Amino acid sequence: MSNLQVSVYRYNPETDSAPYMQEFQVDTKGRDVMVLDVLHMMKEQDSGLAFRRSCREGVCGSDGMNMNGKNGLACITPLSDVVKGNKLTLRPLPGLPVIRDMVVDMGLFYKQYERIQPYLQNDTPAPAIERLQSPEERDKLDGLYECILCACCSTSCPSFWWNPDKFVGPAGLLQSYRFLADSRDTATRERLTDLEDPFSVFRCRGIMNCVAVCPKGLNPTRAIGKIREMLLADAT
Amino acid sequence: MVTNITSFGRSGLSDWLMQRVSAVVLALYTVFMVAYLLFNPDLDYYAWSALFDQTWMRIFSLLAFISVAAHAWIGLWTVTTDYLTSTYLRVGVQSLIILAIFVYLVWGIQILWGA
Repeated sequence: MSNLQVSVYRYNPETDSAPYMQEFQVDTKGRDVMVLDVLHMMKEQDSGLAFRRSCREGVCGSDGMNMNGKNGLACITPLSDVVKGNKLTLRPLPGLPVIRDMVVDMGLFYKQYERIQPYLQNDTPAPAIERLQSPEERDKLDGLYECILCACCSTSCPSFWWNPDKFVGPAGLLQSYRFLADSRDTATRERLTDLEDPFSVFRCRGIMNCVAVCPKGLNPTRAIGKIREMLLADAT
Repeated sequence: MVTNITSFGRSGLSDWLMQRVSAVVLALYTVFMVAYLLFNPDLDYYAWSALFDQTWMRIFSLLAFISVAAHAWIGLWTVTTDYLTSTYLRVGVQSLIILAIFVYLVWGIQILWGA
């Protein structure tokens, strides 16, 4: 089997006037390794190649990137999932400013996350023990709390590309619903009021790119639908 | 807080609901019109005029006109805020769209209620 042909996005703003694609030949010895392993093999050939990684097992969310046109985590994406015709094209997450090579500036993404106040708010006196939930109430948080903020969903969303400063994006909205759905949170009304404008939630057009790419198999579109239902119930 | 001054209802929630309600109205009007034309193959001016002389048809038509106006305003406003990044261009195009919708609405009412 011939070497894997990998095309990687390179850009160093300090030395390059424009981004370019660099070609690599990688010998995977016929094994179906993860894309992250291929990146490390390329880094052995060119140590200047910059990318983020940490846990290498799909938990930290550092190595979200665009692999042959689809966002995902390089560490848990086997070559057999993305490579077509022995070619692999790697680009940084779309829509965010590039700091260098595959490293993007996640500032806007985190700003939207911060905006939805991703923490429990409760204005009733703290009980002597924990604030208890019934198993049914706890079940509502399944499929919401597992998000690792890798930004694969938000950076595959055209609405987030066009309005990243106003549209919260699928990742932020999934977390927003995680707190709206929490029986222990009492700031529901305030949270909803901050979301009723035409951009924050309603710029979602339901194309479900977020659902298609989420490495954790979560469903932000459903969460956004639930937020809309809550807004409607609260305002009519 | 994200603000908006040229959107239809000044609220994402009301725009979203209006977009859906107007879509249902337009779907009903379209189905009715297509069915009417199919069941009246030899339609002449008098039958057509008689249809629009009836109060329920005038209400239905006016409802459809207003639905088109709201639907177009909300939809095109969304398109302009996505794709037109220059403020002057965006406000200009939004004003033109709203003006055109107003003209078409008044024109439509005149056709419907005029002699």
